[in-house]
Amino acid sequence: MKHWTLARDADGIAWLTFDKADATTNTLSREALAELNEALDELERNAPRGLVIRSGKANGFIAGADVTEFSEIHDAAGVREILSRGLATFDRVARTSYPTLALIRGYCLGGGLELALACRYRVVVDEPSTRLGLPEVMLGILPGWGGVARLPALIGAPAALDMMLTGKTVDARKAKRLGLADECVPPRIMDNTARGMLRTLPPRRRLSFPLSLTQAPLARRYIAQNARKRVAKRARREHYPAPYTIIDLWERFDGQPLAPAAGDPASIETLFATPTATNLIRVFHLQERLKALGKEAEADIAHVHVVGAGTMGGDIAAWCALRGFTVTLQDQAPARIAPAIERAAKLYRDRLRDPRRVRDALDRLVPDVAGNGVARADVIIEAIFENEDAKRALFAALAAKAKPSAILATNTSSIPLETIATALRDPSRLIGLHFFNPVARMMLVEVVAGQDSDARELARGAAFVRAIDKLPLPVKSAPGFLVNRVLAPYLMTAMRAVDEGVAPEAVDEAAVAFGMPMGPIELADTVGLDICLAVGRMLGGDGEAPRRLASLVEGGNLGKKTGRGFYTWVDGRAQKNANVTVPAGLGARLVDPLVAEAKRALDEGIVSDSDLVDAGAIFGAGFAPFRGGPLHYAKVPAA
Amino acid sequence: MKSPIYVIDGARTPFLKARNRPGPFAASDLASAAGRALLLRQPIQPTELDEVILGCAIPSVDEVNIGRVVALRMGCGHKVPGWTVMRNCASGMQALDSAIDSMRAGRSQLVLAGGVDALSRAPLLVSDAMVAWLSKWYAAKGVGKRAALVTELRLRHLAPVIALMRGLTDPIVGLMMGQTAENLAYRFGITRADMDAYAATSHERALAAQREGRLAHEVVPLYDTSGHVYVADDGVREDSTPANLAKLKPFFDRKYGNVTAGNSSQVTDGAAWLLLATEEAVARHGLVPKGRIVDSQWAALDPAQMGLGPVYATAPLLARHNIGLADVDAWEINEAFAAQVLACLRAFADDAFCRDELGLPQALGTIDPNALNVDGGAIAIGHPVGASGARIVLHLLDVLERRNGKRGVAAICIGGGQGGAMLVERTAS
Repeated sequence: MKHWTLARDADGIAWLTFDKADATTNTLSREALAELNEALDELERNAPRGLVIRSGKANGFIAGADVTEFSEIHDAAGVREILSRGLATFDRVARTSYPTLALIRGYCLGGGLELALACRYRVVVDEPSTRLGLPEVMLGILPGWGGVARLPALIGAPAALDMMLTGKTVDARKAKRLGLADECVPPRIMDNTARGMLRTLPPRRRLSFPLSLTQAPLARRYIAQNARKRVAKRARREHYPAPYTIIDLWERFDGQPLAPAAGDPASIETLFATPTATNLIRVFHLQERLKALGKEAEADIAHVHVVGAGTMGGDIAAWCALRGFTVTLQDQAPARIAPAIERAAKLYRDRLRDPRRVRDALDRLVPDVAGNGVARADVIIEAIFENEDAKRALFAALAAKAKPSAILATNTSSIPLETIATALRDPSRLIGLHFFNPVARMMLVEVVAGQDSDARELARGAAFVRAIDKLPLPVKSAPGFLVNRVLAPYLMTAMRAVDEGVAPEAVDEAAVAFGMPMGPIELADTVGLDICLAVGRMLGGDGEAPRRLASLVEGGNLGKKTGRGFYTWVDGRAQKNANVTVPAGLGARLVDPLVAEAKRALDEGIVSDSDLVDAGAIFGAGFAPFRGGPLHYAKVPAA
Repeated sequence: MKSPIYVIDGARTPFLKARNRPGPFAASDLASAAGRALLLRQPIQPTELDEVILGCAIPSVDEVNIGRVVALRMGCGHKVPGWTVMRNCASGMQALDSAIDSMRAGRSQLVLAGGVDALSRAPLLVSDAMVAWLSKWYAAKGVGKRAALVTELRLRHLAPVIALMRGLTDPIVGLMMGQTAENLAYRFGITRADMDAYAATSHERALAAQREGRLAHEVVPLYDTSGHVYVADDGVREDSTPANLAKLKPFFDRKYGNVTAGNSSQVTDGAAWLLLATEEAVARHGLVPKGRIVDSQWAALDPAQMGLGPVYATAPLLARHNIGLADVDAWEINEAFAAQVLACLRAFADDAFCRDELGLPQALGTIDPNALNVDGGAIAIGHPVGASGARIVLHLLDVLERRNGKRGVAAICIGGGQGGAMLVERTAS
């Protein structure tokens, strides 16, 4: 076997280790599954006292199926074939004559978790990197290798549906609390725990009585209805059918994905009748492509220095410290840095929970009014106010103190890099790293190439973006780069519609019906109307600014941040009138300018190919992911 | 000639007055923040330190070896040893002296040493009677036995022991520190008006120093997680005039005593650090020294007279270097109490005292008030016990630099009846 090794110890326990050849990550490819069957054959011939399934990779257990093989599927029959392949294998695991145990350290996702679910026991290693989940729904598909049946049976329907319908992962301790894991132990006793359990054979975990009721037929109907209502708040069935299919499968077919016949709403055929799954898998591949763009250079970074502690600078600094870097954050006075530290503390408490890890992250984020961090930094990110002279003066001063190897980056969104770069003796050192607000949630960072930017510096910038777990998109320096450029005409068209008398709610509804995560008017209010106006002016557009936008900004009503914009904002929520009618064709009218601008950006070479344009629009501008990106959408005839 | 010990740089937090509730920062937060800012402005990495030594009089139970905790939190890495020293009010000065020992023994070349205390977070303890009751409770099996125990519980069992009050009471003679200051006032005839005038001057000088930005390099800001930043010592008051101070009631010897909260040092949270280097480390890392610590001296005396500790420690230190009081350009004598600093000045000038107590032929002389605590002291800015001994050494070097002086002495009295003094010299630049 290439991918698995089978060894038996003195106790008669078999250790089956998955270490996929020529890969950094364990995925259950066709070949890996075939070999797992071979191993099972061998174990059947000579039954062990017990079997431990574990990973030979340091980074995790099993990441799931091999998504690259999905592109070979062209019809529902192909999907049925892929499903039955895994289902049969895992059913074999579930029916072995000897006890089985999955020893889970690091990520355990999708098919990986479904394999673990087929085992009698699960032991998870108590480390932050251990994450268990069934994220298939995010690819527009369903956990097809037994998860929809086995997960609810093990932990009860409410928690199981929550995991399957959101794709959220749980950590080791939560897995233990949920009953997903039998034991949660530190690495030092993980092997002993596995051995000990297979020797003593503790009773199989059973659902508590109240949770066992959730599997009863009548309860299923009720729970399924509620789950559908919750899903409907986030995703429409016509856009994202997969979560609805999962609910149907669990409710009516006990989670058996092959059971519904073609034509049933829960069938594989119905699920794959829309292009959603294909498009979301495309989005997955786009994401992998962006990640690969960060692998073309070594970042070799330990210390990040950020100048400007405003919303962007402060949040960039906080994010970098969260990702493990030492960060110095510079601004003119301590009082300007203090709010950034407060926001960082909140972010760390939300993300890290453990007070020790929160403390460590805060310890890594060092306020630095004097700018002493410049001389130590491996990356310097400028995020001060948008003023050409101030930025030029700053970079001249930074370059004088910085290490020759430091990456010099600006977060500017509106000043040409070439203008700033002339302040440097070597203008080729300057690159753009354009983050989006809110930094903690937005995955994309545009890596901006000025006319003179050095290719190696750009590659290092992209590597840094990966190192902080964001997605780098290489773009050329031109007004708006890619994301703001495609967003601007969309937002302006939306605001002109409001000027014409269409209710903001109707405009937003039209966009959401198209598949945007948030309507353009609400988005404008969230971003800040002053910023929208400035970006709109910078990108020229056709003539005058939308009237209502101009008057709101003039009146100091800048959107969410001032409590009033197009909407009134209460407790961070836009107050909307629910009863509006959406004029026919409004959705297309809003989206067409975005698509047209995306084409122009491609033609002008702002981004090197159409897939990257789509990736940028999806991860940066929130373009409906299930449509596969604006250029992909434009190629497909309207449904 | 002993090998020179250089002071490269130093920094401290603002001193934050305890306001009858736990302050915003734990002791390790204070020390880490000041240390990080200090190390950031030096051309060395935290990992290049040979050791970290921190004085702390009341470390909290979860950071007992706070020196190591802080070394790790400052990013010194696993390989830099960190330890904690305790000599009551001189813990910070002891940390410097311990660093000097390590360096002169050749074990270390580059040491971060200082002191810290978060007195506002000093714990409330459970009384011994309560501990005894609890141990019976945990041992008792069955409802009946436990019910019987409940009847034994008395309200006084629940009264907490205030660790800070215990810490500020001498265990041998049973006097509160303020009462030892009353002893000195009685012995040297120091009046309430003298004390209040001294305290008012301390505030006045500290205010002037703040106003003129003289602390800008020494004090680094502290940031909490609720969006606040603390940039200056917050115990300094404009309204601490002699007239206002005269209105306060005596705190230690109630009613007829003289020592008040106003003419005593403030209970405060804070940390102070100095970066010390040998000649070799200075050369290796290209460091620029501010000055050097020439020598240090410890002395001990009757715990009931502990405030005179600086006199007992200073006399042999000066004698060893053949210098007199007038040869010292600037002085820092920690202001535990106004009465105590004034008593030290009178003792230096007292023939009988110097003869009987120090074995000298006559009085050492007088210290020019304009060369002593020129930017105020602990009465105005506070006394985070463990930090003060380091703070006065650091500040003394700044004063020498500002006044273009050469030689300075920093001295501190120590609860329990001891004194510590350090002789420093500015490096000619």
